[in-house]
Amino acid sequence: MNVEILSRIQFAMTISFHFLFPPLTIGLGVMLVIMQSLRVWTGKQLYSDMARFWTRVFGLIFAIGVATGIPMEFQFGMNWARYARFVGDIFGSPLAIEGIYAFFLESGFLALLLFGWHRIGPRIHLFSTCMVALGAHFSAIWILVANSWMQTPAGYHLARLVKLAADGRQFPMSADLGAQAFTLREVPLPTNYVVRPDELPHVRAVVDNFGDAILNPSTLDRLFHTVLACWIVGAFLVVAISAWWLLRGRHVASARASLKIGLAVATVACLLQMVAADSTARGVSRNQPTKLAAIEGLSSSRKEAGLSLVGMVRWKRDAAGQIVGIEEQTIRVPGLLSILVSGDFIHPLEASKTEVKGLSELPSNEFLRRRHPGATDAELATLRPQYWPNVPVVFQSYHIMIALGVSLTGIAILGCALWWTGRLFDTQTMFRRIFLRVLALCPVLAQVATQAGWFTAEMGRQPWVVYGVLKTADAASAVVKAPQVLSSIVMFALIYMLLTFLFLTVLARLIQKGPVSDQGGESLPEGWQPLSLKGGRHTEGGASSTP
Amino acid sequence: MGILFTGYAILDGFDLGTGPLLLCVEDDRERRVLFNAIGPIWNGNEVWLVTAGGALFAAFPAVYATVFSGFYDAFMLLLVALIFRAGAIEFRSQRPGRRWRTTWDVAFAISSLISALLLGVTLGNLVWGIPLDAGHELQGDLFTLLHPYALFTGVTVVALFIMHANVYLVLKTDGPLQEKVMRWTRLTVPAYLACFVVFNAITLLFCPHIEAALRWRPLILGGIFVVGLLVTFNILREVRKGNAGRAFVSSSLALALHMLLFGAAVYPVMVFSTPNHAYDMTIYNSVSTGKTLGFMFLVAIIGIPIVLTYTITVYYVFRGKVVLTDESY
Repeated sequence: MNVEILSRIQFAMTISFHFLFPPLTIGLGVMLVIMQSLRVWTGKQLYSDMARFWTRVFGLIFAIGVATGIPMEFQFGMNWARYARFVGDIFGSPLAIEGIYAFFLESGFLALLLFGWHRIGPRIHLFSTCMVALGAHFSAIWILVANSWMQTPAGYHLARLVKLAADGRQFPMSADLGAQAFTLREVPLPTNYVVRPDELPHVRAVVDNFGDAILNPSTLDRLFHTVLACWIVGAFLVVAISAWWLLRGRHVASARASLKIGLAVATVACLLQMVAADSTARGVSRNQPTKLAAIEGLSSSRKEAGLSLVGMVRWKRDAAGQIVGIEEQTIRVPGLLSILVSGDFIHPLEASKTEVKGLSELPSNEFLRRRHPGATDAELATLRPQYWPNVPVVFQSYHIMIALGVSLTGIAILGCALWWTGRLFDTQTMFRRIFLRVLALCPVLAQVATQAGWFTAEMGRQPWVVYGVLKTADAASAVVKAPQVLSSIVMFALIYMLLTFLFLTVLARLIQKGPVSDQGGESLPEGWQPLSLKGGRHTEGGASSTP
Repeated sequence: MGILFTGYAILDGFDLGTGPLLLCVEDDRERRVLFNAIGPIWNGNEVWLVTAGGALFAAFPAVYATVFSGFYDAFMLLLVALIFRAGAIEFRSQRPGRRWRTTWDVAFAISSLISALLLGVTLGNLVWGIPLDAGHELQGDLFTLLHPYALFTGVTVVALFIMHANVYLVLKTDGPLQEKVMRWTRLTVPAYLACFVVFNAITLLFCPHIEAALRWRPLILGGIFVVGLLVTFNILREVRKGNAGRAFVSSSLALALHMLLFGAAVYPVMVFSTPNHAYDMTIYNSVSTGKTLGFMFLVAIIGIPIVLTYTITVYYVFRGKVVLTDESY
């Protein structure tokens, strides 16, 4: 096991675990804004208790999100130092901005939410909730800007550090100029310059235009797609816990109200997600055609390409065991992929004539020849599979994501239908009880969907860490040794298992307690501190005026 | 960078320092007061570290890469310590059992201590110098970094944070607990002062590049050092007179001045390379492009005042002494 593969495993492990939590905070943030708004608008104790309960859940999830998030920022420098040096001029900024504009906003106002229930009135509470939700969304924006730049880099050029002698001549960094004085200069490289791994200490990506880098071709699509996914996860958490209470016949009034709120948000988010997902996939077809061919399992280019629904994709190997292509064993809807790629739903017959490129032609000969000058077409054909992602795996992860997404949409719509016909809360019938149990499972389905989506996106980007520019294999830290990474993997695994156990235990107890009324604004049920901090001016249970 | 790291030190310093102090009180109720002194704000304080790291990545990516990958094991330990701290605060009061709470209290204290120590070790290594090659990559391993000077820097930082936390707690507690905490300052402040003086002495004696810096800028460095000493002395004076607020301001100011001393002494180098100073990482050879710096400056000039505004607001809402309410059990 070398450093690269170990570092990849560690990153995958830490980011997957981390990404269980921020979507919940982003989604719950939206739910909290709705609940707090209802509290201010209606003044009902029901919504006050509801908001308070879900704020506590939020606090717990947020803390673990933070704890698992700090290692992510560190890991770029720790495990991927070559990458950090290469992209720092561009990639570092969104991360720093995420810190300044998002994390401070979230953490600062969260303090008020968690600890200030009796110190600030309901309206300020609502404002604080909005700020926390906004902060969470800002953080999503900036991290997605950064990740999207890795997928569709833009607004940059490559530059090389050279030694500039006094007479104006340029020498490579490795040249020994003896006693001659020189200055260091960074010179731009032409577009489409191919970086050699040995050049990496002295070549890096340098920003041209931050606007183009930030609003690179995939940022907006992926932003909407991911944020909607977060709303879905958060909404279904509320739905699930509400459904659970209804099944147990506890906290019924609160459960009914929160189930409705959750279901409404989930349905809207799922329906919007259909549009966002379509747009994102179309973006992939334009900007990362190799990835599209991989996730659809297209071995060869074709018109009237069918959309794969389910199936298997296997590697096709030659006599020596080298990969030469893929075997498709999929069920397809004829022509639909071509139509989706073209985006023209109004003229389906013409749209289905759109050619979709397959793996046998991707990456193009032209692209490959820039990296392997002088090779014949036949030689390029044997080199081509090195530039494919792990097709069998990403094909499956992509379809798992879609299957779950569609299922969740169906469940949400069914839930709304039952709600509309007034039959959602009747827990006496078998069907309704089964449905409530299904609802209780939904957050798990949603989480699996988001994980599958990210595996598709990131594994589909391989072998690149910056798509088309820098390979993952060239990006790991030079000074880190395999045993170090192995020990950090073990550490993370142990700690994250402990965190999981603690998180689930505390969450279970919270759910058990449920939303409890605070009597006179003084009592807090056991099981969740924070304690009220009093001092100076504080209001009794809300913004009531003192005589 | 200076502002972000100093802000981090001032704010997270006192909540890191609260950790070891926690074990100095036996009573669970008193411990909860200590926890709740930092309760609402420790998360925001930690964000300063995250932001400082992000800003380092953006402005000086080569330094970020060299330090984070070179100090891999140390940073890994730091991460573990930070995660445990977060866990300890969140989970500690979840159950009433004494063993549960004591375990988490100890975990919190140890992880806070280790975090402070490692941060100090990192700082010490940056000043002492680390072996870098022509590609600015660290040649060595964890034990290269754990030499006596770096460890002493670690101890100094621990002493600093404990002192700072002590002063903060004087501000946030009242009654017999406050008296107890005030008595501690008679130990923590002189302890830090001693460490600080010794630290500066060793640095001048054993780091030729710092000694050289002193010769170049004697007035600035000497001036900051003296003012820093006076401000630190002032902490004790204010505590004795009962001005907890001014004591805390003094403590924060002392911290800022000591960061300034560090910055002024090493400027323009960010990471010294021993023995070959040709491979030093300076603000000139490790920097991002002007465009990035310009962009980040804009981001910061708009963002940081906003951040300070609501940070101050949050602190204001939670001003005053910590009072535990009756319903906690």
